[in-house]
Amino acid sequence: MTRRQRQRAIRMVLYAIFLALVVGLLFLVDWESVTRNFFMTEAFTGTWQDMVLTAAKNTILYTIAAFVGGFVLAMILVLMKLAPVAPFRWVATGYIELFRGLPALVVILFMGFGVPIAFGGWRPPGGIIGSGLTALMLVAGAYMAETLRAGIEAVPKGQSEAARSLGMNGVWTMSSIVMPQALRIVVPPLTNELVILLKDTSLLFVLGFAANQKELTSMARDFMVSGPSAGTATSLTFAALLYLAITLPLTQLVSWMERKQKRSR
Amino acid sequence: MEDLHPTQKVDRSAPAIDVRQLHKSYGDHEVLKGIDFSVEKGQVVCVIGPSGSGKSTLLRCVNRLEEPSSGQILVEGIDITDPDTELDKVRSRVGMVFQQFNLFPHMTVLRNLTIAQQRVKKRGRAEAEKIARENLAKVGLADKEGAYPGHLSGGQQQRVAIARALSMDPDMMLFDEPTSALDPELVGDVLDVMRKLAESGMTMMVVTHEMGFAREVGDKLVFMDGGVIVEEGSPVEVLTNPQHRRTQSFLSKVL
Repeated sequence: MTRRQRQRAIRMVLYAIFLALVVGLLFLVDWESVTRNFFMTEAFTGTWQDMVLTAAKNTILYTIAAFVGGFVLAMILVLMKLAPVAPFRWVATGYIELFRGLPALVVILFMGFGVPIAFGGWRPPGGIIGSGLTALMLVAGAYMAETLRAGIEAVPKGQSEAARSLGMNGVWTMSSIVMPQALRIVVPPLTNELVILLKDTSLLFVLGFAANQKELTSMARDFMVSGPSAGTATSLTFAALLYLAITLPLTQLVSWMERKQKRSR
Repeated sequence: MEDLHPTQKVDRSAPAIDVRQLHKSYGDHEVLKGIDFSVEKGQVVCVIGPSGSGKSTLLRCVNRLEEPSSGQILVEGIDITDPDTELDKVRSRVGMVFQQFNLFPHMTVLRNLTIAQQRVKKRGRAEAEKIARENLAKVGLADKEGAYPGHLSGGQQQRVAIARALSMDPDMMLFDEPTSALDPELVGDVLDVMRKLAESGMTMMVVTHEMGFAREVGDKLVFMDGGVIVEEGSPVEVLTNPQHRRTQSFLSKVL
């Protein structure tokens, strides 16, 4: 066999394997059961108000709250890491390593149940939701601080040298020369953090919310046992589709921004 | 005049730059091994030498972008190695031009020229913009004030960088290989601007590989190698009749 014939043969075999797998799946899967359990039409029409207007809205609100809080925290951590006094740097580094090393779920349980036990029933403002959002914020802040630090380090050293050589002090140099450029660099990775945070709000379901506070995952879980889709997993499919409706445009936006940045460099 | 130091005063009769026994090390590696060097008011001093000779480090020590390990650096009579010196105020009087231009890419050309004027010199916006436009005209780029640095050629960016430094009304200018990052056809415009600046009486210290510029414009030529000043004198003398063997060998390679 020539080299070309060999390559063609390999390609044909790969196509054949793929086709066999698809056909096998079509025959092996009980499609009637799948449709009944995952795609019950009445369930979509019967629950969309709760799922979209309450649960999806809450998911988005919780994400934004935790993101904004996490960003402010990350800024403080980064400034601490740049501080001329070493103990500030130690605290920031310790914090970042601690919260990047813990599962978000453990932090949520700590804030939701551990903190009230330890401090005589005290919890962050906003009740059980406040506790959960604080936990998400603490974790997101640690990740975003690392992202911001990388962004600041990506600004060429000549930029701050030029600013200092013009007599600008350290604060002006950071705030009007380095930070604006660093923020531009970190917009794509921060948008990725936003997507991760949005998915992590699903972990909040362990805290148990009141009906009007539920986010997508806890609402979907409710509709598995009650309402028009009870006994099926259709509500989970619905939640999954709603998550994708938010995350896919965001991840597409990130790749578009990254392509644009690469071109402008 | 604003205070640059609690006790020392600006001495306009002192040399613009007076470096005494300057040493600079990175760890075990000694880059500057006891430099004595001065630039008089109105003088144009060019510093040449092979890469790694310490010439850029010397220049960067003059506004303390590099921290000297030991020795003194007096700028118009004020010791800038003294911790009590108001370094930011000294720097605002010493213009600096970098090999890589280092314009602020997120600002228009005009904003590049006004931001330090407003923040450091406390000039109003209108005054800062007027001065900026005058300096842009001086470097022949009056029509580029609204452009962003990324849309300019390297030569144009470097001329904007010179105009930015001039907008602070510096008493002297430091040039760190200002044409080394430029395409050959763009070097001439930048050198023309520097030549005009020298003719206007500006005190200049220029680290460069442009021997033609050093010969025509320079009042003094300094040859550095291995962290020491090997030879200095009038440019024509040093270039045509080098006394030291290391100078001869360097010049034979670049001329």
